[in-house]
Amino acid sequence: MDIFTQQLINGLVLGSIYALVALGYTMVYGILELINFAHGEVTMIGAMVALTVIGVLMGVAPDLPGLMVVFGGLLIAIPACMALAFGIEKIAYRPLRRAPRLAPLITAIGVSIILQNLAMLVWGRQYVSFPPILPRGQHEILGAHITDLQIFIVVLSFSLMAGLWLLVERTRLGRAMRATAQSREVAELMGVNVDRVISATFVIGAAIAAIAGVMVSAYYGLAHYYMGFMLGLKAFSAAVLGGIGNIAGAMLGGLLLGVIEALGAGYIGDITGGFLGSHYQDVFAFFVLILVLVFRPSGLLGERVASRA
Amino acid sequence: MQAVHKYLGARPRLTLVLLAALLVILPFVVGAGLGNSWVRVLDFVLLYVLLALGLNIVVGYAGLLDLGYIAFYALGAYLYAWLASPHFGLHLPFWAVLPLGAALAGMFGVLLGAPTLRLRGDYLAIVTLGFGEIIRIFMNNLNAPFNLTNGPQGMNLIDPVSIGGVSLGRSLRVFGFTLPSTYLYYYLFLAATLLVIVIAMRLQDSRIGRAWAALREDEVAAAAMGINTRNVKLLAFAMGATFGGLAGGLFAAFQGFISPESFNLWESILVLCMIVLGGMGNIPGVILGAVLLTVIPEALRYLGDLQRATLGHVVVDPADLRMLLFGVALVAMMLFRPAGLLPSRQRKREFSAQDGVAEQEQADLYDARA
Amino acid sequence: MADLLVVTNVTKRFGGLAALDDVSLSVGEGEIYGLIGPNGAGKTTLFNCMTGLYSVTSGQVLLSGAAVQGLKPHQIVTRGFARTFQNIRLFANMTALENVMVGRHARTRAGVLGAVIRGARTRAEEAAIHDKARELMDYVGLKNKGRGLAGHLPYGDQRRLEIARALATEPRLLALDEPVAGMNPIERRQMGELFLKLRAGGVTLLLIEHDVKLVMGLCDRVAVLDYGRKIAEGEPESVRKDPAVIAAYLGGEAA
Repeated sequence: MDIFTQQLINGLVLGSIYALVALGYTMVYGILELINFAHGEVTMIGAMVALTVIGVLMGVAPDLPGLMVVFGGLLIAIPACMALAFGIEKIAYRPLRRAPRLAPLITAIGVSIILQNLAMLVWGRQYVSFPPILPRGQHEILGAHITDLQIFIVVLSFSLMAGLWLLVERTRLGRAMRATAQSREVAELMGVNVDRVISATFVIGAAIAAIAGVMVSAYYGLAHYYMGFMLGLKAFSAAVLGGIGNIAGAMLGGLLLGVIEALGAGYIGDITGGFLGSHYQDVFAFFVLILVLVFRPSGLLGERVASRA
Repeated sequence: MQAVHKYLGARPRLTLVLLAALLVILPFVVGAGLGNSWVRVLDFVLLYVLLALGLNIVVGYAGLLDLGYIAFYALGAYLYAWLASPHFGLHLPFWAVLPLGAALAGMFGVLLGAPTLRLRGDYLAIVTLGFGEIIRIFMNNLNAPFNLTNGPQGMNLIDPVSIGGVSLGRSLRVFGFTLPSTYLYYYLFLAATLLVIVIAMRLQDSRIGRAWAALREDEVAAAAMGINTRNVKLLAFAMGATFGGLAGGLFAAFQGFISPESFNLWESILVLCMIVLGGMGNIPGVILGAVLLTVIPEALRYLGDLQRATLGHVVVDPADLRMLLFGVALVAMMLFRPAGLLPSRQRKREFSAQDGVAEQEQADLYDARA
Repeated sequence: MADLLVVTNVTKRFGGLAALDDVSLSVGEGEIYGLIGPNGAGKTTLFNCMTGLYSVTSGQVLLSGAAVQGLKPHQIVTRGFARTFQNIRLFANMTALENVMVGRHARTRAGVLGAVIRGARTRAEEAAIHDKARELMDYVGLKNKGRGLAGHLPYGDQRRLEIARALATEPRLLALDEPVAGMNPIERRQMGELFLKLRAGGVTLLLIEHDVKLVMGLCDRVAVLDYGRKIAEGEPESVRKDPAVIAAYLGGEAA
């Protein structure tokens, strides 16, 4: 088996999930200059809700095909996350739009803690496992394995990204979002309902996050009340890597971070002569984040964000 | 109550004496009233006050949001464990190890700060958070190939602080009294806390403190007034980290055991909560925040007994409620009382009263609102 | 008159847009020098370039003969060049007196150790900072207004406080960005008197102003910027009659 190709494939799959979550960070940052700390937690809630629905469906209709069951889970999880994000923005962020920057960041952390601990109360401290109901075929390309699920994740991710791209570039709402990101005041003068655009941004990001949450729990076969934290941080790192506020950047950053992580985890043992092992996988995202912020704070595709007047 | 307040307000020296007496007898009162396990809680209160005062320099004075603060606490604790435990067979005395730990943490503060301080505030928050996690992940995994940290099991049998041959790790008999270890540490921590309070107060009311305040208010104007913003920020980072390292060393000695589990992100956030809740930048507020957020979770334990008594079994584990309440408190404070429970009233201080009374009232009014 | 500030061929681009295009001017020691021009002409940009808030794209800024372009703002302050801001940037939640005390930062030394130990030298320095700040408050006409928060002073007092804060850095050259904007005629005249007092005290003034009457009455020389270029420089009277200046202002008015 070719380790390089295998890790590359794994990285791309994971990276496309990071990219989806990163989109939520980058869209909100683009418009509000707020790091929506709670976004990772929204992803987690998406996974948890979907898993609950999937469990119920399997009990009620044991003969339903696996894909349909997961689809049913998504059907509930997506609107649940959208409603959640709508509420978070309205209650925790909107009243603080004119407050010093530290204030909404602190509430964002607060919301994140609340969601995590509510999830712990509802779903418990244990891992919730994803039932093995999805097709499990395996294919070989270039000496590496790729599963049906991996193919499915990549295809769905890319379709979602393309869809979002079209939405932002081709629709009225997208135009209003871009205008608001440029200048909230001017957009308002031009008749854009800025409050609604901001709500829409949160809600769209949450819908994508719900899907990403289901993907990640299907991929690892489990979900956990704590899963949103690391996923969120990595996705944020990906958004910064690509250039925060930049949608194409989030996609690129997510894919790149996934590949860096997979290759890094695959080779770190060899590189350091066995000193560091693959359990350092989680460190890469932070190193990437710090390196990017230090050497190219604008990210790969973004504008300048380093301290300005 | 108001009469007492008025009486003491006019007699600062008497207040100080009363306060000192209260602090001295506090462990006995607490131990007799609530049991000796609460004296241990008292010790932790002081450790958290130390941590919160350190972080307050960074967040409250200089306005830099640091979410990885606990990493400096960890560095201080691990250094203490390396230099005073059977792990490497070193048993250096605490008066040598504590300053080293503080210095190491301070150095890391500068190392982390130097490349990241030109970033905007919220980016700094994320980078520091990442730094905190990196330190924790390394502590968790550096047991192989060379056993530096003993991994997730952590390090134990750490030497207690010993002063003049008297170990604070054991009970001490003086004048027929038996002082348990937790009482002895209480006085040590109290001394450290008072020292740090004095340092923090003097810093706040100094050329450096004013530079921090200016930086927090308006970085551009601060630079245009001749303040080297980068150095001043680094200084805040280093000072905060130093206090964190000191607290870490004390923690390691007190506990006798440390593991990466004690230094996770939520600890950083807990300390941040203390500052936000109490009143950023205001020392009494920060102390109040640290006291509340250490004592309340302990008191919450009784909620479990209460449930058992009324409902027959524990429905919600109070430990699970702890973080949830912190989250709610963070959001609620920011929305309804962003300046904290005890907002800064520093405007009242010094500048002898030669201006009009009306103006002073005005200043108080703004303080309450700001 | 010796030249205190010499700006040579300064250009500043934001992306493709030239906010300043090859601007040169020189301010003599002891002058009151006016910088005027329509909105968006690049006056504040020039201030920001001179005081280190922006880096120049090309060109040179000499202060007392030494190049200062590329230096950090605090280094330029240390060399004796202070400024105020068009949109008043006081430390609003500090007291007025504390604002001025911050201005002493560059001229004092106490560090962390000094602050913590608070020895005789630090205490003496603190007392001196305090006295100097009080003295400057009196000087700009804010006697006994030190205790209130800076952000709650009346508008005109805030402008004066900003000047006092800048003076605390002991500048030889003080750049004021629209110091009388939003003031009534009486306040304007009082500010004019303050400027003359400052000059008499040995401070060279560089003034951005819209109030043409004030500029003409006060300034020794005037430069006019339009679309990032200098279109005129000289004695107020001759500049006032310059056809290019008239065109710029009428054009600006008509737009």
